[in-house]
Amino acid sequence: MGEIFVVVEHRKGEIREITFEMLFKARELCRTSSHNLTALLLGGKDQGFVNNLAKWADRVIAFEDNRLEVFNADLYKEILNRLILEHTPFLTFIGHTSWGMDLAPALSIKTGFPLATDCVDIQTEDGRPIVTRQIYSGKLFSKVSFKESPGYLVTVRPGAFLPPDGVEKNPGEIMMQELPSDLTEPEKEFIEFVDTGAGEIDITQAELLVSIGRGVGEEENIATIKELADLMGATLSCSRPVVDKNWLPKYHQVGTSGKSVKPKVYLALGISGAFQHVAGITGAGTVIAINKDRKAPIFRVADYGISDDLFKVADALKAEF
Amino acid sequence: MNIIVCIKRVPLTQEVDLEIDELRKGVKKDALAYVINDWDNYAIEEAVLLQEKFGGTVTAITIGDEDDEEILRRALAMGADKSIRIEAGERELDGFTISKILAKTIRDLDYDLIMTGVQADDDNAAMVGIMLAEELGLSHAAVVTGMEPEGNAATIRVELEGGMDEISKIKLPSLLTIQTGINDPRYVSIMGIRKARKKELVVINVEDLGLSEDDLAQRTMIEEVFLPPETEGAEMIEGDPSSVAGQIIQIMKEKGVSI
Ligand SMILES: Cc1cc2nc3c(=O)[nH]c(=O)nc-3n(C[C@H](O)[C@H](O)[C@H](O)COP(=O)(O)OP(=O)(O)OC[C@H]3O[C@@H](n4cnc5c(N)ncnc54)[C@H](O)[C@@H]3O)c2cc1C
Ligand SMILES: Nc1ncnc2c1ncn2[C@@H]1O[C@H](COP(=O)(O)O)[C@@H](O)[C@H]1O
Repeated sequence: MGEIFVVVEHRKGEIREITFEMLFKARELCRTSSHNLTALLLGGKDQGFVNNLAKWADRVIAFEDNRLEVFNADLYKEILNRLILEHTPFLTFIGHTSWGMDLAPALSIKTGFPLATDCVDIQTEDGRPIVTRQIYSGKLFSKVSFKESPGYLVTVRPGAFLPPDGVEKNPGEIMMQELPSDLTEPEKEFIEFVDTGAGEIDITQAELLVSIGRGVGEEENIATIKELADLMGATLSCSRPVVDKNWLPKYHQVGTSGKSVKPKVYLALGISGAFQHVAGITGAGTVIAINKDRKAPIFRVADYGISDDLFKVADALKAEF
Repeated sequence: MNIIVCIKRVPLTQEVDLEIDELRKGVKKDALAYVINDWDNYAIEEAVLLQEKFGGTVTAITIGDEDDEEILRRALAMGADKSIRIEAGERELDGFTISKILAKTIRDLDYDLIMTGVQADDDNAAMVGIMLAEELGLSHAAVVTGMEPEGNAATIRVELEGGMDEISKIKLPSLLTIQTGINDPRYVSIMGIRKARKKELVVINVEDLGLSEDDLAQRTMIEEVFLPPETEGAEMIEGDPSSVAGQIIQIMKEKGVSI
């Protein structure tokens, strides 16, 4: 019987949702493959995480040291490398988040264990994991297998496995560990967190959002859609490329690195539906998407879809007012 | 400051009906148009901006075939000084083998900084950059949206989830994976690309790098690609634009939006 490791992600004194999503999925795998579930916590002193984690895992291995209060890839990869080589877990789960992207590939090289990133499903077949991921921004799926190895690493897409309420169970064992005394001095030093979300308007409070993506084509076209939004009494929001190109300020951006919104209706114009965008609209009541491409992934998450040129529909909508 | 930028040419897949190939391991590529990976375009611009400010050279590297030289010339036109293409022939590559090949090529070059994109728009793996950093024993950061060098270190801005950035200090040499929006990539004219033909483009064959078969063995294999299950999905509204518009407004009213 082996083990599945889940690397706990936390920020500013809170365990991040992705951690529970991974624990939930790992538990499901443990049940079918009779592995033990271990949560690995690298955190600051007395942040109060261990008891909560113990409800989800068979055991929690915890290092509590103020050097670990904020994620640091250098320290994390060194400590995790030692733990993984010592315990040889069958699978190690890490979040496919900014921090996970900085950690998992380095850890894969260090441990020699193969890595598949951004997995939306993880199964085992004949004693080896087999994962599902998306390619071409979600237009296709791929099934990926691994070269044989004593253990494997995966990063898990946020939002792919949502634990229902009440899945916690009897507390597992808690093993507090001391940091090794011979840790290498990290090459990266945390300075501060900066909030980038605030701005003149708050898209999170809007009841109707008209949201534009790269499909809007050119900066000049934004005025057309803004007019439509004004006529409808809607708030304008957008996907990331529109902000990257400086066509709209950052506080309009919906998605993992922007805002999570919860309008009654979200009208997506020329947005393909990459997961980083869609993660921001899970709270929307109804999603209506307009996209020229009938195969755009946004149509898989929208309630209503229109496969047409967004400007044609926008003009027709304007004519209704 | 000598900077190396790793870049990849990727197919444009928006507005395209992707067709799966006979082996069911990839897509039919002949009908696709190719561009530089969006993230990599920002990385080149960032390298060129740093070079304009601090001097030094910018070298663009890609593993690819002859057609992929197009993005190297594009990088040269943006201001890179040199470029390298590594020919991998018929070998199947994954993130691991790509990072091994890049590491071997880069190891003996003179650099203070390496930049890659956060992710490639085809495999969406976000893997190669940080693997390469670890292969070379470099400090690293992923999803970087700002970078200011100061002596043998740099202050960097990393984008986290939920409208939060992290500022930190990192020792150089290091590897940064660059996020879109970090700058405003310059326009490249056909003339500019033509002129860049005079700049250096070295071609290396992967077989000459002295990598072992183990280094060139993929650690993850695509078993099958498939179209997303059609089971779930939006109810499609058909009709001419004005009837569609009418239905949209109807839905909005039903959902309690005051319009
Ligand atoms: C770490 C990280 C964080 C990220 N965070 C975010 C985030 O917070 N928010 C976010 O949005 N993205 C985010 N992204 C980027 C994300 O991966 C996608 O690249 C992005 O969402 C794509 O935006 P888009 O849909 O507008 O553009 P594209 O993917 O280019 O899609 C444009 C769409 O418009 C359609 N179209 C074109 N012309 C027309 C027309 N005339 N009429 C109708 N349809 C048309 C096309 O068919 C296409 O589907 C992040 C990426 C990374 C790596
Ligand atoms: N074939 C390649 N040649 C050069 N650089 C690459 C190649 N593939 C990936 N990269 C770099 O690695 C980054 C991340 O790619 P990936 O890990 O495939 O998502 C890209 O943005 C490029 O900077």
